[in-house]
Amino acid sequence: MLDTLYTPISLPMSPGVGYKPQHFSDIMENPGPVEWLEIHAENYMGAGGRPLAQLRHLSEKFAISVHGVGLSIGGEEPLNEEHLSRLRHLCDWLKPASFSEHLAWSTHDSHFLNDLLPLPYTKKTLNRIIEHINRLQEAIGRRMLLENPSSYLAFEESEYGETEFLDEIAKRTGCGLLLDVNNVFVSATNLKVSAREYINSFPLTRVGEIHLGGHDKDVDDYGEPLLIDSHNQKVADSVWTLLDHTLGLSGPRPILIEWDSSIPEWTELANEARRAESALSPVRA
Amino acid sequence: MNVTQTGFHEALLDPSRPVPKGLSNGQGDPAGRRFSVYRNNVVLSLTSALETAFPAIAKLVGPENFSKVARLFLARHPPSSPLIMYYGEEFPDFLEGFEPLRRYGHLPDLARLEQARRESYHAADSTPVDIQEIQSLTPDQISESRYELAPTVRIIHSSWPIYDIWSYNIENGPEPGTRSQNVIVTRPFFDPISTPVSNATAKFAEAIQNGMKMGDAHDLATELDSDFNLSEAFGLLLRGHAIISINTGV
Repeated sequence: MLDTLYTPISLPMSPGVGYKPQHFSDIMENPGPVEWLEIHAENYMGAGGRPLAQLRHLSEKFAISVHGVGLSIGGEEPLNEEHLSRLRHLCDWLKPASFSEHLAWSTHDSHFLNDLLPLPYTKKTLNRIIEHINRLQEAIGRRMLLENPSSYLAFEESEYGETEFLDEIAKRTGCGLLLDVNNVFVSATNLKVSAREYINSFPLTRVGEIHLGGHDKDVDDYGEPLLIDSHNQKVADSVWTLLDHTLGLSGPRPILIEWDSSIPEWTELANEARRAESALSPVRA
Repeated sequence: MNVTQTGFHEALLDPSRPVPKGLSNGQGDPAGRRFSVYRNNVVLSLTSALETAFPAIAKLVGPENFSKVARLFLARHPPSSPLIMYYGEEFPDFLEGFEPLRRYGHLPDLARLEQARRESYHAADSTPVDIQEIQSLTPDQISESRYELAPTVRIIHSSWPIYDIWSYNIENGPEPGTRSQNVIVTRPFFDPISTPVSNATAKFAEAIQNGMKMGDAHDLATELDSDFNLSEAFGLLLRGHAIISINTGV
């Protein structure tokens, strides 16, 4: 457990966006309401060139949140030590305001599957994740935020509810949580539970960052709605409503807009950030 | 029923396998096509990574064929690292052995060029030597020196007009000719530059890269091609910020 390194939320209580290189000039010249940026750690692990040069420039002007997508914290195998060193190296030179990763796995049998895969919530997986988060926080020398997943299916063997599972992990590792409100909406719709009740039972005091993103709509074999966490469009109105409910309980938090494919013009992304700012201002007062 | 990651992983990469037992829709009914969301995510995200890495190949074979080739490739060579910007290292060799595309013999070398450009793009930064440092040397010193090349330099040999094919597909260059082309990739700033060169120039650059003295590399290239032009080849490396140190003491 990483008590001594416990830091409160260090990102600004304002909107941020997931950084895309095509927006570099726009962000440097006219960031609008955006005060911080999130990058995917793995995209900045090359040896040099434009990606790192851009990141150095951005970090002089904006607080940066490093979001890992490749560590496989929920994996059955030990964490990849080589990857831990790369994360440590990135955090050491960039000194980001925040580091986060996912409650998911992505590597098995030395294959990296480039997706956030689900896991059952059992005592066994709980202990393994706690071990992995302890190792990660020790390796990077800082506290992390763990993000709730989007679920498309459930494991019959699960013994814990998701919020209870995340709460237990946070208590036992000292890590904070990243609450993805779109993921809550997607999972709740897909598994037919109440999104509001999920939020009500979430350990909100541990939340250091909120994520919002767009989702796609599909149906399952029984014709029931199946939402896909696609990050390829605007945040849905129902997710904005769920955000208002969340902020009403949690108070202000750093809010990130994720838009990772079919990437829009900067003005459209900045408008989504503006909408996040509108949601934040009443709770900030 | 407990689902292992081995079972999940195998079913992900092989759609002919059944969905692992123990996965439900949350209401006690089998997960069914909900599992396909993960299957699709894996295939689509890796296909898109390959498309980003090999845009000329993707354009030449067309999106539908590219998806088919990518599907086969990623099942056989899933990424071994979360650094997806390097994924696809084995793709040129895979294309070489891929029967349905065998008659498009230029594809593997074209993929090697795209791979080289991508490696160059992400390679470490370095500071090129000052031209004045070279100008201060005597011709003998230049000839007797060894030169360290930047980590951004790549040299591709081919018996196909790969530069022309690449340029035609990516930069709206003129229609490809039939002459074989070798390519030197340099990265003077952030964008890799591909330059078509003769076999002798490619061999010259490779010899320099391997630590041969300039004079010996010159002899080697002239033996291959009596028209080899040293100042042109040396100029290409200098313009490409490819020379990062000079060792005159050996």
